[in-house]
Amino acid sequence: MLHEEAILAVPVSAQDHVQGNAHAVVTLVEYGDFQCPACGSAYPLVKQIQHRYAGNLRFVFRHFPLGQAHPYAQLAAELAEAAAVEGRFWAMHDWLYENQAAWAAQGAAGLGAGARALGLDEAAIAATLRSPDIDARIRRDFMGGVRSGVNGTPGFYVNGSLYQGDIDALVHSIGRAIARQA
Amino acid sequence: MSMLAAGTAAPEFTLHSTPDQNVALKEFRGRNLILAFYPADWSPVCSDQLALYNELLDEFARFNAQLLAISVDGAWSHAALARDRRYHFPLLSDFEPKGQVARAYGVYEEQAGVARRALFVIDGDGVIRWSYLSPMGVNPGAAGIVRALEALPSNNIQKTLPADVAQEAP
Repeated sequence: MLHEEAILAVPVSAQDHVQGNAHAVVTLVEYGDFQCPACGSAYPLVKQIQHRYAGNLRFVFRHFPLGQAHPYAQLAAELAEAAAVEGRFWAMHDWLYENQAAWAAQGAAGLGAGARALGLDEAAIAATLRSPDIDARIRRDFMGGVRSGVNGTPGFYVNGSLYQGDIDALVHSIGRAIARQA
Repeated sequence: MSMLAAGTAAPEFTLHSTPDQNVALKEFRGRNLILAFYPADWSPVCSDQLALYNELLDEFARFNAQLLAISVDGAWSHAALARDRRYHFPLLSDFEPKGQVARAYGVYEEQAGVARRALFVIDGDGVIRWSYLSPMGVNPGAAGIVRALEALPSNNIQKTLPADVAQEAP
């Protein structure tokens, strides 16, 4: 079910982290938190959806760290942005979700393993993490999500409308949206 | 009784925020207030909703607004929830007489004996400027609150400035 009142307030732009065909008929936007277990559970489903609909789907990830509930979510988001500076955002996004339980248990030290796993220069990453631009970027994503009506994580928007319901059924909602556009 | 609407004076209240502290509406004169009534401590939807607001306290402060959350749960339950979830805003206990404040705002659910999931934005003069009732199981998010705060005259500096400038012009 797509929510009629909660509409994506910030259009997808060149500022976003985007995967897939720029001219796809369906755009799926996720507002996610790297330490959120529900986002971790949704991660393989999103991969399946991307695989299944390939050229018909564009996927966008935006930060929505709930830092009080998940104490390392903000640092994880910053690490993903620091990796993005090196052109490795998606590699870090995937690593953070695939290894969520392991790094979340160790906090900042666990996140250091992510930088090493991707072969990133840890000194360069540490320098980038101190940049206020990184925080500003994450906050901009977060407030855009708030204005769009994100009410928890993960928050998914299918062609600009908030998806409400079981994450397992998201694939059907996307399938229907593609069928309508075909 | 239906939910109090914009333009209505907010009914006064004094409620426990902790087992030995009270919070009264009148303490917030001159500041904006967000009242979030919610059905129950520990329920999944309530926790997500309050977790989101907990991330927005700085944002609310930019609008000179304080968040107060209200349910019929007791002060000890509130204390445990706030500690467990690291909430940094008061949880008020509408416990005795049960639901009296929720009733005054027209958001008491008689059958279940809990507050409905309702939001109010109250200005510094104690007048309700915006209210919203969400279906019981639906987390309303914060988009409506942010829009309501932006629309408050006290926060609408851009609109008042040009008029002042115009008056000073020769």
